Amino acid sequence: MCPTIKIIGFLLALSLAGCVSVPPDIFRLPANSLAMRQLQTRQYDTTDESKIITSSAGVLQDLGFTLDESETKLGLILGSKDRDATNGGQVALATLAVAAAAFSGTYSNAYQTIDKVQKLRACVVTRLSEDKSKVLVRVTFQRIVWNAMGAINRVESLDEPTLYQDFFERLSKAIFLEEQQI
Amino acid sequence: MKRYVYLWAFLSFLFVSSLVSGCASSQQQLLSAEQSQVKLRSMQTRAFDTTDREKLLRTIIATLQDLDFVIDKADETLGTVTGTKFKNNMTIKMTVSVRPRGETQMLVRANAQYGLKAVELPQPYQDFFMALEKSIFLAAHQVD
Repeated sequence: MCPTIKIIGFLLALSLAGCVSVPPDIFRLPANSLAMRQLQTRQYDTTDESKIITSSAGVLQDLGFTLDESETKLGLILGSKDRDATNGGQVALATLAVAAAAFSGTYSNAYQTIDKVQKLRACVVTRLSEDKSKVLVRVTFQRIVWNAMGAINRVESLDEPTLYQDFFERLSKAIFLEEQQI
Repeated sequence: MKRYVYLWAFLSFLFVSSLVSGCASSQQQLLSAEQSQVKLRSMQTRAFDTTDREKLLRTIIATLQDLDFVIDKADETLGTVTGTKFKNNMTIKMTVSVRPRGETQMLVRANAQYGLKAVELPQPYQDFFMALEKSIFLAAHQVD
């Protein structure tokens, strides 16, 4: 291919890069939405929604979250925590990349681009079941990961089942403890 | 050879102008919208036959959660819910508001941004309202 055409292609690509188009399917229900809802939801045999939401706030505090937002009239609390995100595997790979670069006489900023800091977000929503006999609690987790240069490396929802099982175990315990006035 | 000089001058001009122009001038972004106000409202708004504001807001929260959003903010008095969703390493942010329409209906309006762009296509909003309808149906018939 003639170099001029390559350059034109490169320039066109550059000029288009600023405008990302919106995919049309961003609000389509994911195929696994029912499974996720079941994983993220538990029922408690009580009609006292405020008791459950208070206990949920307690569990978030147990886990080191601070509360960012709450609207108890709608059964919502949102918490977040900032934690270290350094990952042994990534550090090892970066060390290899830096060593390889040094060996070949160039420079690598691999250490700057690995995960460094993360913000974990947890959102708890409570509501009464349709027959008003139970309280349903749904929790969702997300995280944002930054690298050492302060740029966002990754944003994602967390969907490992153990996270949710662990949260609800703690919530059941908290509800029990608070009932016993402990 | 001279021919190439002109070509290079033209290409350099194209390159510089493309860098300067971007999507729109940055201050104009404040009041910018690609669609007309009426068209935008009609694609972002639906009416529901209910007067139960709290239940509608709670259903909206549940729908956003089904769509993988984390709820950032909700206000019963104002009737708004805002959530964030991460998909393909992009951030999607959406606000949904409700207000009464006449004696028997409530209007639900949603608006969203995808990365640095406003979502101004009809399809995503159709999908959202379809999911919301489904949630109201689900909630009424207690499937979960």
